[in-house]
Amino acid sequence: MAIVTTERHPDLPPPVSQTGVVGWLRENLFSSWLNTVLTLVSIYVIWQAASSAVSWAFINANFVGETKADCTGTGACWVFIKARFGQNMYGFYPEPERWRVNLGYVMGAVGIFLVLSDQVKNKKWPAIFLFGVYPVLCYFLFYGGFGLEVIETSQWGGLFLTLVLASVSIFVALPLGIVLALGRRSEMPVIRMICVGFIELVRSVPLISVLFMASVMLPLFLPDGQNFDKLVRALVGMSLFSAAYMAEVVRGGLQAIPKGQMEAANSLGLGFWQAMGFIILPQALKIAIPSIVNTFIGLFKDTTLVLIIGLLDLLSIVKGGTTDKNWLGLATEGYVFVAAVFWVFCFSMSRYSIWLENKLHTGHKR
Amino acid sequence: MSDAAMKNTDDNAAIQLIGMHKWYGDFHVLRDINLTVERGERIVVCGPSGSGKSTMIRCINRLEEHQQGQIIVDGIELTNDVKKIDEIRREVGMVFQHFNLFPHLTVLENCTLAPIWVRKIPKAEAEETAMKFLERVKIPEQALKYPGQLSGGQQQRVAIARSLCMNPRIMLFDEPTSALDPEMISEVLDTMISLAEEGMTMICVTHEMGFAKTVADRVIFMDQGEIIEQAPPLEFFDNPQSERTKLFLSQILHNA
Repeated sequence: MAIVTTERHPDLPPPVSQTGVVGWLRENLFSSWLNTVLTLVSIYVIWQAASSAVSWAFINANFVGETKADCTGTGACWVFIKARFGQNMYGFYPEPERWRVNLGYVMGAVGIFLVLSDQVKNKKWPAIFLFGVYPVLCYFLFYGGFGLEVIETSQWGGLFLTLVLASVSIFVALPLGIVLALGRRSEMPVIRMICVGFIELVRSVPLISVLFMASVMLPLFLPDGQNFDKLVRALVGMSLFSAAYMAEVVRGGLQAIPKGQMEAANSLGLGFWQAMGFIILPQALKIAIPSIVNTFIGLFKDTTLVLIIGLLDLLSIVKGGTTDKNWLGLATEGYVFVAAVFWVFCFSMSRYSIWLENKLHTGHKR
Repeated sequence: MSDAAMKNTDDNAAIQLIGMHKWYGDFHVLRDINLTVERGERIVVCGPSGSGKSTMIRCINRLEEHQQGQIIVDGIELTNDVKKIDEIRREVGMVFQHFNLFPHLTVLENCTLAPIWVRKIPKAEAEETAMKFLERVKIPEQALKYPGQLSGGQQQRVAIARSLCMNPRIMLFDEPTSALDPEMISEVLDTMISLAEEGMTMICVTHEMGFAKTVADRVIFMDQGEIIEQAPPLEFFDNPQSERTKLFLSQILHNA
């Protein structure tokens, strides 16, 4: 005999979880006596560490004053950072000209906001500004020309130099990396060999040695009197180095795209570059976002290695400050400050990438 | 065009395959394929898996390269000339087993991308055309969704609309219903039947024998890289000539 359901089962609310805050605590932290002990010990350790860190950095810290003598409290001496703040931010960039750097920051921030923000619908002009006009503008603004006093790059330093190194390298590495990745997958043997050779060579060498090559070896090969600026050499080295990494990241993304996508694009009459630009790359780069940003973050922190060739980025200028005889014994403050600055930048990049991943996720969005 | 090609060219033919061979490495996949498809003709290709059906139709728009023989589509011979390949691809639409929609673009953008960038049609006009075809496949209300939000049957109908937006003269279907859940097959077949009724030239690789009986002018049976038998559907199903055809038909009709 057939069994037939005639009435539809009514919608019921999901089972009430018996958790709540107390329930959650009981289940996850105090479920057995061993767990209870572990929880209490952990709380004690965390509280010890956090409270001494907070009291060192904030409660007992010294914020007011001009010299080391003003640091009378037991905590951190932030007066040190404050007194040398200008140098930490701009290096030896002459003080009356620092507005040029600030103007560059403001324009860059506006440009980046317009390009990245969700609110702006038409991104054509912001993108042209940020990727076309802005770099040229910055060159003249920072270096000089058109009536602006020339500031040699040897005077650039601090966070300013770090940002210049990082943004130029990122700006060059991504497009170059995409080109290398496409070249590595090319069916033309010569192009493929050049790209594979470049990627494998550069990836197999430490960044420090690339920087050394760029700053020490390269001038030896150039004819007398012919010389690039030291900063330019570091930029070229870092850009090429990160482009090789970027190429492998992008290649990973490209390989994750099913063959059917290219076939569908071809069957509609789209040529190779159109199919790449509209269909394959947008999807491949989306997949690769976490790794791309990972590479960016790594690159951003790797800029500190330029201290080895005598460029004064944020870390090296703060480090130099700690050996100032007026400020001896304040290395901890200096390094904590550097760490905090790096953390702010890297964490922002990380959060942006997570936001972007969610935004571009079209697969199962309801 | 060479003299030989001129001689063989049938002005009324939409597609001509003349003595075509293809190898994958050492493996001889397609052997001496000769097939002429007239304009407006509807052809169903069937055969066991691995018989070269898909490979054959994929050669027609150069997703696969043939190594010997001639393929003439709409009077244009397929060679390594990229311009000719593009010209043919513009006239030949293709629907894939796994839809191959572009997941990062909306349904509407899927349909307008090629018309805008390949045919250089203004965006507004392309969107209007796209909506017309989406209405034809009965899913205009899904235009702003992403492919991942649609069911398999809906996705395949979008794929058909996407091809139609290029105004192709020939449509190739590569097992369009094989990846679909059973209850979604008929909605896709209905779309294909209405297309056939309008006189579109179609080559369809499928195992849907009901569809073959309803719309095909000719059924082609392939096995091991060769065309074994071709006949009008009634004759093909009621009175197959070759032993291999009989065996194949007994297998699929038995299971059906």
